[in-house]
Amino acid sequence: MRLERRETQSRLMMLTAPLVAILVALMLAGGLIALSGASVPEAFRRIAVGAFGSRLAITETLTRATPLIFTGLAVAVAFRARVWNIGAEGQLYLGAVAAVAVGATNPLGLPPLLLVPVVALAGAAAGAALLLVPVALRIRFAVDEVVTTLLLNFVVLLFVSMMIEGPMKDPLAFGWPASVPVVDAATLPGLVERSRLHAGLILAVVVACVVQFVMSRTVFGLEARATGHNPAAARFAGVSVGATLLKVAALSGGLAGLAGAVEVMGVKGYVTTDLSPGFGYAGIIVAMLANLSPVGVVAAAVFSAAIFVGADSMGRAMSVPSFIADVTVALALLTMLVALLLTTYRIRR
Amino acid sequence: MSVMLDVFASAGLWEAVLRIATPLIFGTLGALLCERAGVLNLGIEGIMTFGAMIAWLTVFGGANLWVGLLAAAACGALFGLLHAGMTVPLGLSQHVTGLGITLLASSLAYYLFRLAVPVQGTPPTIEAFQPVGWAWLEAIPVVGPLLAAQTPPTFLALALVPLLAFVLAATPLGLAIRMTGENPHAAEAQGIDPIATRIGTVVAGSALMALGGAFLTLSAFNSFFPTMVQGRGWVSIALVVFAMWRPWRALLGALLFALFDAYQLRLQAQLGKEVPYQLFLMMPYILSIAALVVMARRARVPQALMQPYRRGER
Repeated sequence: MRLERRETQSRLMMLTAPLVAILVALMLAGGLIALSGASVPEAFRRIAVGAFGSRLAITETLTRATPLIFTGLAVAVAFRARVWNIGAEGQLYLGAVAAVAVGATNPLGLPPLLLVPVVALAGAAAGAALLLVPVALRIRFAVDEVVTTLLLNFVVLLFVSMMIEGPMKDPLAFGWPASVPVVDAATLPGLVERSRLHAGLILAVVVACVVQFVMSRTVFGLEARATGHNPAAARFAGVSVGATLLKVAALSGGLAGLAGAVEVMGVKGYVTTDLSPGFGYAGIIVAMLANLSPVGVVAAAVFSAAIFVGADSMGRAMSVPSFIADVTVALALLTMLVALLLTTYRIRR
Repeated sequence: MSVMLDVFASAGLWEAVLRIATPLIFGTLGALLCERAGVLNLGIEGIMTFGAMIAWLTVFGGANLWVGLLAAAACGALFGLLHAGMTVPLGLSQHVTGLGITLLASSLAYYLFRLAVPVQGTPPTIEAFQPVGWAWLEAIPVVGPLLAAQTPPTFLALALVPLLAFVLAATPLGLAIRMTGENPHAAEAQGIDPIATRIGTVVAGSALMALGGAFLTLSAFNSFFPTMVQGRGWVSIALVVFAMWRPWRALLGALLFALFDAYQLRLQAQLGKEVPYQLFLMMPYILSIAALVVMARRARVPQALMQPYRRGER
């Protein structure tokens, strides 16, 4: 068996491949649902209803998609330049802590229109700073950033735990480990009455469009892609590879940090160690499902969020463990990788 | 100060070191094997989680403890086959596929565990491996009692180190693996099939990783709970760099790491009231990063690591 590069890539195939991949992933997940003894069609019906079947379901799905858009973008811009940022989870949490550090008091009495951007930028800056360290280590000491960013996730989560049991502890939380909340002026307005959906979704979509523009239409975007494609050629063409990698790190970490700040400002109001049920790791899947396209990330994030929210509601109703959501999305990632490969290569005997 | 030094004289510390090192030895040897053939396997964290779950579930279902280990190894091998299938003949990104395997294996482990064991107040337990306690071993001064306090899987891990070092250094199979990891084109010219070698090595290495997870449920704890692997897989990946891709140094790295981990636990008991406990828990991860920084430049990476091999393409 060998792979042969296709001379032409058909548009039809490029469009259908992701759909076929997701269909295969859903069929495999169906097999696992059958293991639990539940009716598979009924389970899928409940997932769809749980994700999109009511006003509340739709707003929950979009609320869940919001942080996934940010972490998906963070991973997509990094992977484009072959910066293997697996630390979005840690960057998200550090961004959330920074948001609380800045937004818990408002000593200058800033109005929301000023305070919200300041708090968001604080979160982005913290996330960016966290990714700059491993990328600098890679440039200076040739340390693989995959392992360092992964290990930093554990360090940051312990740091969050230390902060919410120490300096940031909320004395009014009845001993429950949570940070103090941000002030009202630092919260994002809601979008739909009686739902958790907040203005962070609009921000996420706008940021996705901006990132799309930056990556495809600016010199920085070109340099980032060139560096990812072939660093030696990029260097030959006069691109400063080290500086480009650091800029990519700042952008990627900043987007993940923003995810944490927006989660605090839009949903929770404070930080706990379960602020993120793995949004950083799911961001990797979202970015891959979108084939690293920033605008595609929005669709992939909504798809993943729908699976999570729908499976949660299905699990409550049918005694199928809701972990099936993570399994389905992981399967979708793997089938998508193969499907995308087959759009550029064909298998020959 | 003397309290902190006295800890080193206690047998309990050194017993704990061997115990803590065991899953890391399995994990590091498994990852090392894959990388020696040129394949980075970031599926390790998930494979360890699945190994821990399936080993526990097998024994919980009434099987022998050794059958539990075998079940873990078999499942590890299957995930290894999946990783190898996607990265070797198809040449997909080893980073991304590995992470996908981690997400799939760990979520599948939680899902299957929940199917088999519905939520209860306290997690059910099994009769785990007991320390061997061989009298002849205890009779050896100093080292004897430490070893006798270990469970059988630790001996398996310790035995794997010389075995793997021998296979890699002195057998035709080892030569084939190393050549495939350094230069698959040259290997092919010598009549070695790089694709088959890589697939076989990744399958074997992944089986070892799963044993590291199985140790956690069959020896260290007697129950399974989510997130029990706690980054041991990622630490193992870091230890491979520290070990410069050599089995004996992998043993040394795992022991040093475990010594540090066991020591910080005791230090925590001493200083716990003055210093937040989270600072101690952070240390193993920070130490791994520090070890990477120190070793990364000196280490000689297998030249073809992470490079897909396609016949006829350069």
